Amino acid sequence: MKKDKIIKIGLIVAIYILVQALINVGIIDSYLELNIIIIGINIILAVGLNLITGFTGQFSLGHAAFMSIGAYTSAVFTAKLGLPFILAIFASGVIAALAGILIGIPTLRLKGDYLAIATLGFGEIIRILALNTDYIGGAIGFNDIPKYTNWTWVYIMTVITVVVISRFNRSYHGRACAGIKEDEIAAEFMGVNTTYYKVLAFAIGSFFAGVAGSLYTNYFYFIKPDSFGFMKSIDILVIVVFGGMGSIPGSILGAIALSVISTFLQNIPELRMVIYSLILYGIMVYRPMGLMGKSEFKFKLKFKPELKKKGGRLNVSVNNK
Amino acid sequence: MSVLTINNLSKNFGGIKAVNDISLSIEHGEIIGLIGPNGAGKTTFFNLLTGLYTPSSGEIIYNLKKKVTTKDLKPHKITHYGISRTFQNIRLFNGMTVMDNLLIGFHSGLNYGIASAIFRLPSYYKTEKETYEEATRLLEKFNLLDKKDELAKNLPYGEQRKLEIARALAAKPKLLLLDEPAAGMNPQETKELKELIEWIRKEFDLTIILIEHDMSLVMNLCERIFVFDYGNLVASGTPEEVQKNERVIKAYLGEEAL
Repeated sequence: MKKDKIIKIGLIVAIYILVQALINVGIIDSYLELNIIIIGINIILAVGLNLITGFTGQFSLGHAAFMSIGAYTSAVFTAKLGLPFILAIFASGVIAALAGILIGIPTLRLKGDYLAIATLGFGEIIRILALNTDYIGGAIGFNDIPKYTNWTWVYIMTVITVVVISRFNRSYHGRACAGIKEDEIAAEFMGVNTTYYKVLAFAIGSFFAGVAGSLYTNYFYFIKPDSFGFMKSIDILVIVVFGGMGSIPGSILGAIALSVISTFLQNIPELRMVIYSLILYGIMVYRPMGLMGKSEFKFKLKFKPELKKKGGRLNVSVNNK
Repeated sequence: MSVLTINNLSKNFGGIKAVNDISLSIEHGEIIGLIGPNGAGKTTFFNLLTGLYTPSSGEIIYNLKKKVTTKDLKPHKITHYGISRTFQNIRLFNGMTVMDNLLIGFHSGLNYGIASAIFRLPSYYKTEKETYEEATRLLEKFNLLDKKDELAKNLPYGEQRKLEIARALAAKPKLLLLDEPAAGMNPQETKELKELIEWIRKEFDLTIILIEHDMSLVMNLCERIFVFDYGNLVASGTPEEVQKNERVIKAYLGEEAL
């Protein structure tokens, strides 16, 4: 296990150094870098939404709204108040998470389609609020945001997101969330406070959406409320479903695959959406569980329990015919 | 010492009295059977006991790990009080493995924080390791250990029942409520279930209340039986007493049978 861990950390560092080196040498030009940054941001968004929708089973259509909250928070913190970027990232996450808790408490009593509609409505409320608030630019958008985001920031935040959420999932808290997805009533009778865990999953997912919003804002100088509309929420959801509900590697792979596909298709704008849709259609028909199904990062249990032979073993005969 | 006392418990759904003015008391270590025709209010009674429904009137007093009254009852809290239940239509986490199903059963006994899980503090490893070992032992006792990585939905019916009981036991209850544990089992499986339940009481030092339609199981297993009909408690006593009771015969076989 020690060895596994070293290999894992080594791999994470190696990817960082490799990409950074390629950027420095100039093999990765600014256009390619832009795409890499977008992939990173999409991974953060998708992994966060996967916790809410894939693991806990709460169907949310308002994920872009939390990104929007993070984006505007970060814009205000860096452009208006001139605070350091790390503080802005953190504040974006916290405020988005608070919004998640606030909206989660009343709406997470709803199930399935009703929750989807409620979160959709929430997304629109945030968009309209941003449109009508002059302090943050209103419909004109928010200009002159300092560019802080680079490969380093995106990579660090992506790694943190993936590590935090996969570790959360492997604790008893994560198991409680998975139980809620499978059977809410049974989970409740196992002692799982279902409201608490649903709101918690929502808050963690929103936190990382806020972080993603912050990274997005400080890369593009300029944001407008429509960047975080309904379609953005759908885009994130598509990544999650494409990659596999409940699979973090799936979300990562989904974000990369869909970004690469849509980049390549930009050369043929007439057919772009047609081909994109056909690919999604194909995946849903031939692999409805998504690219990776429910698979997780390999988790080797360190502890092999020693089974004491004495006293165990039920004396009732059970024939497994 | 009585572990459960019920005073004048009633539950109405609109004009229907699903449970009507029931009073009873159950002692530690008993195996109690609840019988009655379909729709007699047995499952409603269970749902009242586990906080899924709020009583229209009356009170429920538990004396298990601590004293608990009606107003404290919430489904997600009952395991903390020492009460576990199974369901009439099996409610396993179907898409999860046998082991994961059981691990969720331990939920109420675990207490490391989220930070501990994210930063992988020693308490995380210690608790997870202990829980995993305990779950392994429990699966071994139930002869399910070789199936720990199978999805719960792929188990045969009898083993799904057993897994559900094992999961209920993972919360270390003092009182176990079983809702039709023998439903859908053949006579051989029912016989094994009877031995299993007796063994559970001895091994885990529990009080057990079960709803059951299989009379051979109820009459051979239970020490006391409560008979429900139209929401009323029409008879109670030992299996012999209940079998001779006129109102019971009437409830099951109709007026002419007498």
